[in-house]
Amino acid sequence: MASEFAPVKGKFWTPGIVILALFMVAAFIVLIARFTKGLGYSTHNNDAYPWGIWIAINVAGMVGLSAGGFTTGALAHTFHKQHYHDIVRPALFTALLGYTCVVAALLIDVGRYWNMVSPMINWGTTSFLFAVAICVMISTTILYIECFPVLAEWLFKFNLVRKSFIGSIISFIHKHVNKGMLIIVLVGIVFSCLHQSSLGALLLISPSKMHPLWFSPLNPLLFLISAVATAYPLVIFEHILVSKSLNFEPKMHILSSMAKYIPFLLGIYFILKIGDMLYRGTYIYLLDGTAQTNSFLVEIIVGLIIPLILMMIPRIRNSASLLFYTSWLAIFGILINRINVFLVSFTPPYGGSYFPSINEIIVSVGIISAMMFFYKLAVMNLPIMAVETKGDKA
Amino acid sequence: MELNRRKFLKTMGNAGVAVGVSASSALAKSSHENHLDSFGSLVDISRCIGCRKCEMACNSANKLPHHQDFTDRRVFAEERRPNAERFTVVNEYHSEALEDDDHYKKIFVKDQCRHCLKPACASACIVGALSKKEDGPVVYDETKCVGCRYCLVACPFQIPAYEDHNPVTPRVRKCTYCFERLGEGKMPACITMCPTQALIFGKRSNLLTIAKNRIKNNPDKYVNHIYGEKEAGGSSWLYLSPMDFSFFPKVGTTPPPKLTETLLSGVFGYAAVPTALFAVLGSIAWITGRKNNVDKNQQSKTLKGGN
Repeated sequence: MASEFAPVKGKFWTPGIVILALFMVAAFIVLIARFTKGLGYSTHNNDAYPWGIWIAINVAGMVGLSAGGFTTGALAHTFHKQHYHDIVRPALFTALLGYTCVVAALLIDVGRYWNMVSPMINWGTTSFLFAVAICVMISTTILYIECFPVLAEWLFKFNLVRKSFIGSIISFIHKHVNKGMLIIVLVGIVFSCLHQSSLGALLLISPSKMHPLWFSPLNPLLFLISAVATAYPLVIFEHILVSKSLNFEPKMHILSSMAKYIPFLLGIYFILKIGDMLYRGTYIYLLDGTAQTNSFLVEIIVGLIIPLILMMIPRIRNSASLLFYTSWLAIFGILINRINVFLVSFTPPYGGSYFPSINEIIVSVGIISAMMFFYKLAVMNLPIMAVETKGDKA
Repeated sequence: MELNRRKFLKTMGNAGVAVGVSASSALAKSSHENHLDSFGSLVDISRCIGCRKCEMACNSANKLPHHQDFTDRRVFAEERRPNAERFTVVNEYHSEALEDDDHYKKIFVKDQCRHCLKPACASACIVGALSKKEDGPVVYDETKCVGCRYCLVACPFQIPAYEDHNPVTPRVRKCTYCFERLGEGKMPACITMCPTQALIFGKRSNLLTIAKNRIKNNPDKYVNHIYGEKEAGGSSWLYLSPMDFSFFPKVGTTPPPKLTETLLSGVFGYAAVPTALFAVLGSIAWITGRKNNVDKNQQSKTLKGGN
């Protein structure tokens, strides 16, 4: 089946996109308030709960969910599974948008955003957050390099660019990027693994504030494995979503064979998670009925055990709609885990409370909406999706 | 990718070094060591009368809002925390276990930054804006700060506060231990003002001896525990109390940064893990790549404009 990367044709302003655009506008208005009146005005963060959903969902959650880029890259480039070639670009591009949104969320959340060059000059070498920041920065840069061919191919459609001096520069860079692509991909994988795991270690600095259910020295490994395990569900989820939105047949042969890895990866995560609980004896909390414990049970049962079992069933892996919803469950699992670790588990000694303000929720939703909005925009204008050359799309 | 084996290995090697160098620079180095002659403070809770003169002295020394009635004892109705506008607070606690003398079964406890020997905030700080000085104070440099608030997350005593309502230049605020006054040979402002010597200042090691003597000489007056001697790895501020320290957080004796700094050096130390990971991935890519070499030509597409 011959295929090449090309823009997908279709209707852009569907009702879904209009809703996304509205969320973006709402978020933009809230952001004006945040940047003129401060974090205290626009969020419910306080001295007891300094971090809120912007960190838990838009930074920790989205970093976890952006693992699709490097894991799919690993499949295609490291393990040379050419079979997955068609899905690499969409996955890379999702990760690119994901990381861009993470950086945006960080700039929104930090108080002295104009001082963001500081970590590059003043190295806090004892801080896991420093490790996260530097590795995320490098990974994001690498993602942009990895996506360079997409831009180059698009620019070369214009005669003006192709025949000009700029064209020869682009073609020169393109050639060299392609030559070094393997190295770039591998460096990207290394730094992605590093920051995924470092993210898991962040809250370990405050042992007395963490609920024992989530306070595990194994957290770095758990974060890494869960991110890798949810990478394919996200790629699948997004591919089916876009195919529905743009009315083309999802490439089920690729998705189903990708889905075969999911029970294996989720299984490793499950064994580690349960093993960690048994080893540290934290199962004694499981039935105490507190909100924290219940949140843990939801994370484990709804977000891990159910998708793990469902993904083992071939009928589900082969059905676009069933695979879509099961993937969504796995994605929910990682999101609720990050929220649990960063917010639910967090218990400051002198009390205090945090529940996200409406402003925080609007911005959170707005950032995710922007990601989906620009994804569709890109898919319809840049050579990202693999389109059958002589095939006929609906 | 038209790479022959030698060229491949060479480039892999170079990239490996690049990964290694950048990762080893993120190498964890251990926190500041405990200097035996660093300054400390001893709070003898049994001597505190709740006059709040320390609060007044603090606000005035740090140019915090001080046009308020510091003799107002109604503030004791609720437990207060230090915040961006007050670096120290005195709280009132009750216990039936206390002697029914002139203290009416209540005690007053001053709280402020403990100036830990191995501060979690400084270890957590992404830019080293918080650091432990050799003579004791944990100080903050706003020029480095990015406002991530990880120090607030890290502090086991819930001390650092943040200027939430400043949209452009919010700072992390906390007790400075009057480090500038210390530099001039003076004592921290709060300690100078204490009328009952509930607060005393000196070398931490001397204060520990004094505290131990007080417990030894008055075993009925104090619980046999110096809070801050070992808590969170030890802090510059030490507390003696007539009742058990249930009003303070339970933090354990391990310095909070120990686990994270061990993990950090485990993951990044000598760049061993990143380099090994790179090497393993590289080998896999090379082995599987060689297998697929036959049908590789289709991949080496060059740019041909248009379609």
